[in-house]
Amino acid sequence: MLKYTVDHEWLRAEGDEIVVGITKHASEQLGDVVFIELPEEGREVEAEEEVVVIESVKAASDITAPVAGVITAVNSDLADNPGNVNDDPMAAWFFRIKPASLDVLDSFMDEAAYGELIG
Amino acid sequence: MAEELRRTGLYDLHVAQGARMVPFAGWEMPVQYPMGVMAEHLHTRDKAGLFDVSHMGQVLVHPLDGDLDSAGAALETVIAAAVLGLPEGRQRYGLFTNERGGILDDLMFANRGDHYLLVVNAACAEQDIAILQGLSGVKVTPVTDRGLIALQGPKAAEVLARLLPAAAEMRFMDSRSLDWNGVDLWLSRSGYTGEDGFEISVPNDCLAAFAQALLDHDEVAPIGLGARDSLRLEAGMPLYGHDMTGDVTPAAAGLGWAISKARRADGAREGGFPGAATVLAELADGVSHTRRGLRPEGRAPIREGVQIFAEAEGGAPIGDVSSGSFGPSVGGPIAMARIPVDLADGATVFAELRGKRMPVTVTALPFITPSYKR
Repeated sequence: MLKYTVDHEWLRAEGDEIVVGITKHASEQLGDVVFIELPEEGREVEAEEEVVVIESVKAASDITAPVAGVITAVNSDLADNPGNVNDDPMAAWFFRIKPASLDVLDSFMDEAAYGELIG
Repeated sequence: MAEELRRTGLYDLHVAQGARMVPFAGWEMPVQYPMGVMAEHLHTRDKAGLFDVSHMGQVLVHPLDGDLDSAGAALETVIAAAVLGLPEGRQRYGLFTNERGGILDDLMFANRGDHYLLVVNAACAEQDIAILQGLSGVKVTPVTDRGLIALQGPKAAEVLARLLPAAAEMRFMDSRSLDWNGVDLWLSRSGYTGEDGFEISVPNDCLAAFAQALLDHDEVAPIGLGARDSLRLEAGMPLYGHDMTGDVTPAAAGLGWAISKARRADGAREGGFPGAATVLAELADGVSHTRRGLRPEGRAPIREGVQIFAEAEGGAPIGDVSSGSFGPSVGGPIAMARIPVDLADGATVFAELRGKRMPVTVTALPFITPSYKR
């Protein structure tokens, strides 16, 4: 089941890892994405730590780690094709992170709650 | 509480087209349409883009004595460009300067026979009108009952000629009035994209109808401020408040060309505008830094404020980025910065981005080849 952060990231549990991307709403707000800088695999991060730089034609912004953990994989295809974030944001995952426990997911919004957030 | 935002005569049309509206210089303007900035930009370079630039200030300057040269001479005391000598039906680019030789605004002015028409930046309009109202011997009339539309791109002339056949006869920087179904339109063949195109002043009560008449042609799409910015950046055109300010002189802004020989040292009408001593000395002797193009080697855009260094490590900054983004037609990031003039085109310098120095190449402006109809 998908979970959502207030920073407009989607989170999907797979095994003992969480796959992270940004929502359609976020990609629309950003506009055409032209550059993405991904974190190094194996990097240990704190929750809220900036891990991805994302630049659209309009502005630079960043994506933070939703939880503390280790970055286990990054979608390096995105660095070459940043426009994929606009074309299919739910498929354009940024990184996988392995937290101490998947229980952390319980604190995030479900689809209904996220839908209310973005109105 | 924030001042109420003004709306142009095309507000309803923008909303109907699905525009995302944003505050800009006191106006509520479309930053992009559903097509998106990238596609809007490419559409303009490929076909024709329609821009609402009604937020820009249009001002008429009439001579009180009926002699246009009186108004031209008055304007030359506040504008660092040759106003006198501009033939009827022609437009020219100019700069308002301050006492330090810094740029207060840039503008277009046209000789319309018995008066001049000035088009100034929205954010500077109030200041510019106050400066003009301080001149003697002229009547200054801010145009409040007209909007301004730009039609830009390789198909602009063809499309406009279907509505206004005579428009096709105009050359780059021509300015004239044409009749459209009884409506008096003021046209210039110019723009802010590097493409051939027109800027058309339209009475407010016909503005939406005229815009729609253009949009009814398949080649024309509405284009927002986002693409307007990337188009002008690729065309190497400076933006007031960013690439030039009250602290930047014409030479430092790379705009010395706007000051023609007549207004320079030993010219027929040397100086006589605010800050002339500084401005003319710089044009004669050169400046240490001026506006140059930069192309980052990677994909990461370098934006306004990013510092430029000569070396990959250490040293003091040699300048900073005044405008920077992604150039959709260039296919990569592009920027402009005031950096030393002695750096050769092709030289590598470094932009400090998120704590890391990235190599960038000094590049001649513009980034694209303009296609004006001279």
